[in-house]
Amino acid sequence: MSREVNMSRELNMSAGGDGRQHGQDLIRVQQQDFSVADEYARLAGDAADGALVTFVGKVRDFNDGRTVTSLSLEHYPGMTEGVLERLVAQARARWPLGRVTVIHRVGTLALGEQIVFIGVSSAHRQAAFSACEYLIDFLKTQAPFWKLEADNHERRWVEARDRDQDAAGRWQE
Amino acid sequence: MIKVLFFAQVRELLDTPSLTLAAGQDTRNAGALRATLAARDELWARVMASERLLVAVNQTLSDWDAEIRDGDEVAFFPPMTGG
Repeated sequence: MSREVNMSRELNMSAGGDGRQHGQDLIRVQQQDFSVADEYARLAGDAADGALVTFVGKVRDFNDGRTVTSLSLEHYPGMTEGVLERLVAQARARWPLGRVTVIHRVGTLALGEQIVFIGVSSAHRQAAFSACEYLIDFLKTQAPFWKLEADNHERRWVEARDRDQDAAGRWQE
Repeated sequence: MIKVLFFAQVRELLDTPSLTLAAGQDTRNAGALRATLAARDELWARVMASERLLVAVNQTLSDWDAEIRDGDEVAFFPPMTGG
């Protein structure tokens, strides 16, 4: 399995001034955990943004009626980052956004650990709420990540769900 | 040459993370490449026959009629389950 340690890309990180036009995007695929407080602080740094919405996905203890004790996440290095960059660009085309952060972990994660962070700031709450939901909906169906679940007896690849496809589909106009 | 990658359950079933093939008529598009790989043996035939199989050409999710050129990177994998 290919595994990238700390494959981070920081895009458009030019600070302050009128750099807001293209905003500031942070996209990372990494093994290590992330700090919601640190990510919040980065997203909250622009006084022009009155709204900030974040989403955190975690490893939960059951799936499809079965107990889960750990999760392994595999991805397609290169394509993953490309897809996430495109999704953020698409969200920016739909809503006026300030800062955007997408962090997704790979490797083996224990029960309760954080998997994914999406954070969006904007001048207005509706744009921030919508963009955050749009990003997680499309991340689930478009970004090349795969989950392998384990309990005490067996390991099993997670099946894609129709309702995730439906959630992404409702954004089509 | 064409670089072919396999991910998740597809990689595991085939016990193959990647391979390279000479570009030719039998790799002219994603569907042709899929058929070429399916012709290897029974196991490959079964995995390549999956209705849920997805393909990316040069790291972009593609249709089965997507053209493949010499030097391209093609990946086969199941539906994504991240997030």
